Amino acid sequence: MAYPSESTEQAALAAHAPVRAATAADTAAGTAARLVAAPADAAAASALLGEAARLRLSVLPRGNGTKIDWGAPPRSCDLIIDTAALSGIDHAAGDLVVRAGAGTPFAELRRVLADAGQRLSVDEVVPGSTVGGVVATGVSGPRRMQHGPVRDLVIGMTVLGHDGVAASSGGRVVKNVAGYDLAKVQAGALGTLGLIASVTFRLHPVPPALRVVRAESDDPGAVGAWAAALRRSQVMPTAVELDWPGGGPLSLRVLLEGTGQGVAERADAVAAVLDGAKTEDAVPADWARPPGGPDDTLLEFAVPLAEVLPTAARLHDAGAAAGASVAVKGSAGCGVLYAAVPAGTAPDAVQRLLLLLRDGMAAGSATVRRAHPDLHAAGLEVWGEVPGLALMRAVKSGCDPDHRLSPGRFAGGL
Amino acid sequence: MSQSDTLHALVPDLRAICGDDGVLTDTAQRRTYESDGITYHAELPGVVVLPTTPEQVAGVVRLCAEHGVPFVPRGSGTGLSAGALPRADGVLIVTSRMRRIIEIDIPNERAVVEPGVFNLDVTRAAAPHGYYYAPDPSSQQVCSVGGNIAENSGGAHCLKYGFTVNHVTGLQIVTPQGELVELGGKAADAPGYDLIGAFIGSEGTLGIATRITVRLLRSPQKVRTLLAAFDGMDAGGRAVSAVIGAGVLPAAIEMMDALAIEAAEAAVACRYPEGAGAVLIVELDGPAAEVDSQFEQVTRLCRDEGAFELRSADDPAERTTIWKGRKSAFAAVGRISPAYIVQDGVVPRTALGEVLGRIAALSAESGIRVANVFHAGDGNLHPLVLFDDAEPGAGDRAEAVSAAILDLCIEAGGSITGEHGVGVDKVCHMPDMFGPDDLAAMDRFRRAFDPQGIANPEKLLPTPRLCGERPGARKGVHPLVASGEAELF
Ligand SMILES: Cc1cc2nc3c(=O)[nH]c(=O)nc-3n(C[C@H](O)[C@H](O)[C@H](O)COP(=O)(O)OP(=O)(O)OC[C@H]3O[C@@H](n4cnc5c(N)ncnc54)[C@H](O)[C@@H]3O)c2cc1C
Repeated sequence: MAYPSESTEQAALAAHAPVRAATAADTAAGTAARLVAAPADAAAASALLGEAARLRLSVLPRGNGTKIDWGAPPRSCDLIIDTAALSGIDHAAGDLVVRAGAGTPFAELRRVLADAGQRLSVDEVVPGSTVGGVVATGVSGPRRMQHGPVRDLVIGMTVLGHDGVAASSGGRVVKNVAGYDLAKVQAGALGTLGLIASVTFRLHPVPPALRVVRAESDDPGAVGAWAAALRRSQVMPTAVELDWPGGGPLSLRVLLEGTGQGVAERADAVAAVLDGAKTEDAVPADWARPPGGPDDTLLEFAVPLAEVLPTAARLHDAGAAAGASVAVKGSAGCGVLYAAVPAGTAPDAVQRLLLLLRDGMAAGSATVRRAHPDLHAAGLEVWGEVPGLALMRAVKSGCDPDHRLSPGRFAGGL
Repeated sequence: MSQSDTLHALVPDLRAICGDDGVLTDTAQRRTYESDGITYHAELPGVVVLPTTPEQVAGVVRLCAEHGVPFVPRGSGTGLSAGALPRADGVLIVTSRMRRIIEIDIPNERAVVEPGVFNLDVTRAAAPHGYYYAPDPSSQQVCSVGGNIAENSGGAHCLKYGFTVNHVTGLQIVTPQGELVELGGKAADAPGYDLIGAFIGSEGTLGIATRITVRLLRSPQKVRTLLAAFDGMDAGGRAVSAVIGAGVLPAAIEMMDALAIEAAEAAVACRYPEGAGAVLIVELDGPAAEVDSQFEQVTRLCRDEGAFELRSADDPAERTTIWKGRKSAFAAVGRISPAYIVQDGVVPRTALGEVLGRIAALSAESGIRVANVFHAGDGNLHPLVLFDDAEPGAGDRAEAVSAAILDLCIEAGGSITGEHGVGVDKVCHMPDMFGPDDLAAMDRFRRAFDPQGIANPEKLLPTPRLCGERPGARKGVHPLVASGEAELF
């Protein structure tokens, strides 16, 4: 069959949203896009997706682009749909619920909620993120230990399907078991199952007081013992974060939130199980950020709680042996952490570290969150073995029968 | 071959898989399974199987898939939406012989269990180590963890601790095509789409959970419970708003109105303060220092909103006394009414006052009494619609009031079910809450798991065949409640 020429295509799309030719900046993990459209609202995005379906274009939703390089490179990207204008905040403060458009800056959402003494209990892991980007990548920071990962705080979602048709699931109340909770599969799906148009979250009041207890050690075994002791205690931390930069000691930070009197007593209890603990009354600005620099390879691993420090130590030692100083940082309290392998490490060395990580764990997973295009080109195994892949493929085909939505970005080439 | 011939032809194969004693074909034996917690939906299952291993479950489902025979999973049969209603042309797969707790892993804070394990038994096994399993439906002594997975069950304490979905990190499932699939395990964040999250709450329509890994939580250092009595529901409701507005997140906030209090008093003599038009039960748990300071705050807020009597409980015996009236309330209405319908709907917390007022108006207009017992903290209403089934037409009028209450919930921006699920019972209300495109997306998701449509068909999503029928009413007390095995919520 004959394909429409680029200009006819662009004209058809332009009926629904401003469209421009992509520039060198419009790439995803090395895959260059052809066109970029910026619909004015969800209705326009829906019409645009419908048009893209008729034109059989591959589509990549993009928020602020801070994590557009995450995941595997898309196989093709005819059209980036920029969600910036799908913004807006509808805060039902009395119900501790907020609905936000996908393009809403996450920081703006946090500001609006903070003004009302409330918060979405998800830390901003990558500065500049949009609401849709946070949900689509499923990045969850330190506070997930108490409040769960971001998907646990989503109570409703509206998604534009491959044909642009909007479908909602969940609702605006926290307790609700009507129908399938489709938001669960959308969260973390990297835009491979639809374009998230808006999300409704449950909120929490900002606790009146906060205390951080921090201790350092050169011995991963000692830090592991602290973490175990914290689990046995009844202090109920909001977060327990490990930070082990490439060189230097490991540090463990324990965040306590609650009433003034309560956090003071709990901080004392925590200090009693850590050696040489210091108590602070703020978290460092960068504490939720992944480790390393923007060009480092960013891995994420999830292991059973008692395996966190042994796994981190194994990775650290293997990195040192390979001449790469690997930084590890993340939620020791949940067993989900990031590791940064320095930019410039040879592709086969990165791959070996990844395999070592996977092979060494009795249970859990290790995936590549973000890698340089050269590493992808060298065949880096982004996902490893993913159990349930046949079901995931069926879910993908049900949502996106022609595999046009962010194709290839996800596990198993989905 | 007719459908029943097909089913009969499978029996030898089913026996080969599950053993002779694992397949029930006798009518009297099958009759035991004809309904779940909603006895007005009943159907004699074609065949009942009682597998003992995941492989047997997979074998049975594979056989069903090969022959296009529907199957229905069943745990303990306490469900309140007829989700486990059997099929005359299908196989009922009961997990009651899969009741092993496989592992209690304290260093990693996980338990691994078979699907038929009773919810409370997980906590019982973890308790000696100072741990517990948080989701606590009031049926927890007898409902199965597999059933909890299917319904995404919550309990009184889900306000603070969340539902089943927030506590599961691993699932082994048998897909509707008969394949055993391992999703996740002891680590969080299984890679790929969150199929665990989507499976939980899927009411047996996406397959059968055959092994479950759950989080165990460290027991709280301190628990304190407050009972506050108010003149009326308005004042009680204001106290709830004040507590939540002050930033306190109690483990539970429960409320009862005068009629529910009267019933509880008649049934269990709970001795709630005389003359109360509403009582509020607030439970706080956590580190002692937090609990103590929040307790003072909650007490003050209740007094400010007009609580005329406050009682506190710091030990388990005193707490049981306070909870007794609340936990018996459902069963207790049997004392003041010959028949009743238990409704389950959700409203945004800020709409509680208005919706309760409209329920009262509905009740006054229709002459049908409604007792209110509910999870106030999260707006989950459980109105009990009382009627006399000996009176001609009363059942229909009660049914109309019950349905109208769901309409009020939807109008207020809430949900048609907070914890009992859709099942068969509410399947025709789904279009009131979701549009055709929403339902179509859900149907596509279902078909990705179950292209043949054999897993618990005609549940959860509406079909034209079903939606002409009207649900009925419960008569008297639920058998589990009558036998003292469960408390109704
Ligand atoms: C007295 C009483 C009090 C209750 N209180 C509460 C409460 O406080 N909170 C609450 O949430 N619920 C409550 N319920 C409802 C009910 O107990 C829960 O829904 C419970 O989770 C059902 O478990 P079950 O084992 O009885 O499941 P069943 O009734 O046997 O089945 C329920 C559904 O789960 C499916 N199913 C069962 N096992 C599996 C499996 N292994 N894999 C896949 N699907 C499966 C069935 O097909 C069916 O759709 C109450 C019920 C009663 C009778």
